[in-house]
Amino acid sequence: MLLAPSKLKDHWREQRLFLVRSSVGGGLMVLLTLIVIARLVDLQVFRYEHFSDLSLGNRVRIEALPPIRGLVYDRNGNLLAENLPSYQLELIPEAVSDLDSTLDRLIELDLVDEDDLDRIREDIRRQQRFRPTALRYRLTDEEVARFAVIRQHFPGVDVQARLIRNYPYGTVGVHALGYVGAVSQADLERLDPAQYSGTTHTGKIGVERAEESALHGSVGFRQVLVNAEGRIIQELERTRPVPGHDVTLTLDLELQLAAESALEGRRGAVVAVDPANGHVLALVSQPGYDPNLFAAGISTADYHALRDDRDTPLFNRALRGVYPPGSTIKPVVGLGGLHYGVITPWQRIFCIGHYSLPGSSHRYRDWKKEGHGSVDLTDAIAQSCDVYFYDLAVKLGIDNLQEFLGRFGLGALTGIDIPSEKAGTLPSREWKRARFSRREDQVWYPGETVIAGIGQGYTETTPLQLANMTAILAARGTHYRPMLVASRTDPVTGETEILEPEALPPVTVSDPGFWDRVVEDMVEVVHGERGTARKIGLDAPYRIAGKTGTAQVFTIAQGEEYDAEEVDERLRHHALFIAFAPAEAPRIAVAVVVENGGSGSGTAAPVARQVLDNYLLRPDQ
Amino acid sequence: MLDEPLDRPKPISVAQRVLTGLHLDGPLLFGLLTVSGLGMFVLYSAGAENIDLVVRQGLRVGLAAFVMLVLAQVPPKFLRLWSPWIFLIGIVLLALVLIMGEIGKGAQRWLDIGILRFQPSEIMKLAAPMMAAWYLHDRPLPPTAREALLVLVFVALLPAGLIARQPDLGTALLIAVSGILVVLLAGMSVRLILAFGVLALSAAPLLWFNMHDYQRQRVLTFLNPESDPLGSGYHIIQSQIAIGSGGVFGKGWLNGTQAQLEFLPERSTDFVFAVIGEEFGLLGLATFLTLYVLIVARGLYIASQAQDTFGRLLAGSISLTFFVYVFVNTGMVTGLLPVVGVPLPLVSYGGTSMVTLMAGFGMLMSIHSHRKLVPQ
Repeated sequence: MLLAPSKLKDHWREQRLFLVRSSVGGGLMVLLTLIVIARLVDLQVFRYEHFSDLSLGNRVRIEALPPIRGLVYDRNGNLLAENLPSYQLELIPEAVSDLDSTLDRLIELDLVDEDDLDRIREDIRRQQRFRPTALRYRLTDEEVARFAVIRQHFPGVDVQARLIRNYPYGTVGVHALGYVGAVSQADLERLDPAQYSGTTHTGKIGVERAEESALHGSVGFRQVLVNAEGRIIQELERTRPVPGHDVTLTLDLELQLAAESALEGRRGAVVAVDPANGHVLALVSQPGYDPNLFAAGISTADYHALRDDRDTPLFNRALRGVYPPGSTIKPVVGLGGLHYGVITPWQRIFCIGHYSLPGSSHRYRDWKKEGHGSVDLTDAIAQSCDVYFYDLAVKLGIDNLQEFLGRFGLGALTGIDIPSEKAGTLPSREWKRARFSRREDQVWYPGETVIAGIGQGYTETTPLQLANMTAILAARGTHYRPMLVASRTDPVTGETEILEPEALPPVTVSDPGFWDRVVEDMVEVVHGERGTARKIGLDAPYRIAGKTGTAQVFTIAQGEEYDAEEVDERLRHHALFIAFAPAEAPRIAVAVVVENGGSGSGTAAPVARQVLDNYLLRPDQ
Repeated sequence: MLDEPLDRPKPISVAQRVLTGLHLDGPLLFGLLTVSGLGMFVLYSAGAENIDLVVRQGLRVGLAAFVMLVLAQVPPKFLRLWSPWIFLIGIVLLALVLIMGEIGKGAQRWLDIGILRFQPSEIMKLAAPMMAAWYLHDRPLPPTAREALLVLVFVALLPAGLIARQPDLGTALLIAVSGILVVLLAGMSVRLILAFGVLALSAAPLLWFNMHDYQRQRVLTFLNPESDPLGSGYHIIQSQIAIGSGGVFGKGWLNGTQAQLEFLPERSTDFVFAVIGEEFGLLGLATFLTLYVLIVARGLYIASQAQDTFGRLLAGSISLTFFVYVFVNTGMVTGLLPVVGVPLPLVSYGGTSMVTLMAGFGMLMSIHSHRKLVPQ
């Protein structure tokens, strides 16, 4: 025997031990079996009559009672999303003997749309046979009356009053608010199927999606007796659903309307942020679309029209549109130069209209062919001198430049509380190595540093990121995560949960005085004699700090055909403008992108001015 | 122990001789075949008189019986020697399924091997008690605290944890039970049982606070199905109506309205017990329960006659685990226990669990029929 323990094995004792244990097991088995049998006697002998009644004649059915979805308000209590009663035609598959003929007859009566047949059949196939399937949403009163007369010929089909989501302002703020749509198979994999057994719609995007768990509430149910036709005879038991929480946004409806009208007829985006807390005051992406289409069950034709529109109304430009920031980043680059001590505010360079790297003949041109002459930082920002920033970028080097821009949230998600934003690109040596596969593409070239200094080349930012960056400039380094949801209120108890602004690590510079220096330079852009946006500053009753930007368009959106009349317009530069005001104590920071707007000063800056005016010049304030 | 010399030929019936030659155990075989035979009658009714369903179930019973027959021929010594390897393979397959599941997104429990799709967790149903019995085989019993803890952690909790992540909570619990039963049968001291019980209870809140919200929700639904009246709660209400309306004698074969009118969900799988109750009444259910108890009792007898620790512990664990299956299913269908997806053994329509169960009984028969006449 090799194994020591086996010497100690006492077989007789072990067997006795096992006998005791297995006897206990056997005894427990008999006991548990008796418990089951006792339960069976209870069900089958003592409560036989009760269950027999239930199984005979009438049938018990459990119906889900969907909770009422929470409302959405803007920061001033304007209702942005509500629930309206609406009649819909429903069918319970189990109670219909001949589905095909029923549907055919309903189509003949014009109560069911033939285009919806595929969807209806798919819904019926997917659901349990005793659950109602919607045949048609939003019946008119006339249709309800028409069906009421012939109702007895359609067992298993009935008109039901349901609440459907309504967005009273239609397209306004749709890219922030999002919309609800019919619960899809993909949604069900993400959601709790039991909670959604009575719910037909769920948040698909925007606040409606992000706040789904708060807005939805908890499902209720009731036990009902139904007759053979599936109609309810009596309610036996009911557990009320718990309504969803109301959500209040940081959005300012009035400002949102002003921003949308300022951008009317253009493609582009406007994002306005309160620098003191990161509250998003307006979030515009133009063109928009009507979320009510989705809430009511969008037709295939309508959906394809939206999807295939060359102006891409479904595309959220504010969160997902990536544009070269162009000259709008110059104040930050200038601040970086001061911070790293590679320039001083009064140091001047001479701009001759182009810039070349030492030992190279390639000319990087300034937007002003004849040059700006002798410029210091103030002149360079106010007049948007490219040569000054080419030179500054080279002095900083790509590593410092990229690092400093990164502190302002560029090249990373801002972390806004609604889904689907993009991170854009803040190029660096590492980024290039990871981005490209060919060795020669992976090298960072000095020329790429030059154009990175004026926000061209690989650099790409979203309008939201630009607004965030502007807010950090306005708050002199304080950084808040942008937020759209301000609070949630329980409609039953009235309790309100206020969501606090989230402070992110602030941007600090070697001399805090640099902040005011750069802000004053930005004020020069708008109010200076030679400022690029002086037109919007002429009659302003408050001081605006701003910066224009222009981004080159090199490619047209994919899959577009040549259109002689339009091509010109769509090849124009994107116009950008960032601003905050009042300069000395900023209450609002705004970023504007106008696609193919030409120049930042010409098209984007006036939009920003209208937004600022609306917010700062309200009669009641 | 030797007052029943089995291998010595004596003038017995032909049937007895055939059974002995095939290493089969008469009473056990009778019990198993009776239950699955009666089960097929029930399935014919539960499955809306679909003969295909019954034929397929019949083929499955045949396949399962064949697997049982094969395993009955394997001497327990080999079963013991293979135990660690089978266990290892089981763990690897479980990990594989989990990884593939992560890639494929969503619950994935199946491995496809051509003709038969099978769940690696099925292997584990046998591998876990085998491994536990293998580990304790050479050691003096009762096991020390350290030995018991090792078995509980690596043989019961590890595979159960892997399966729970699939996620298949029901199977995970049953496998943990089969491992725990081995340690209990081995004679783990009452003091240790209490200590581990307290430990497990005190670990529960820790686990709770480390769970995701959706996992907590799942546990809550698991503990309180009434909170989920549209999911499992619906099953419970309908199945109680079916059983209760069956009364003492039942509504008769093919006459159960709850089942025939498709009101009872999963009536040919997890809730088949309710169909028996509706159509054959209390008498029918009591008959089935008695048969189950007899099968387990025979299994425990075989275990008590086993000649070594491995055989004893394995046979005991397989028998009692079989009863746990019966109890969990009948408890769930009658509303005594929360709804867990556990089929009624040998009756519920479905593939791999039938084969696994019969394979287990094959091992029992092997343990019983390969006893030596030499005293230890």
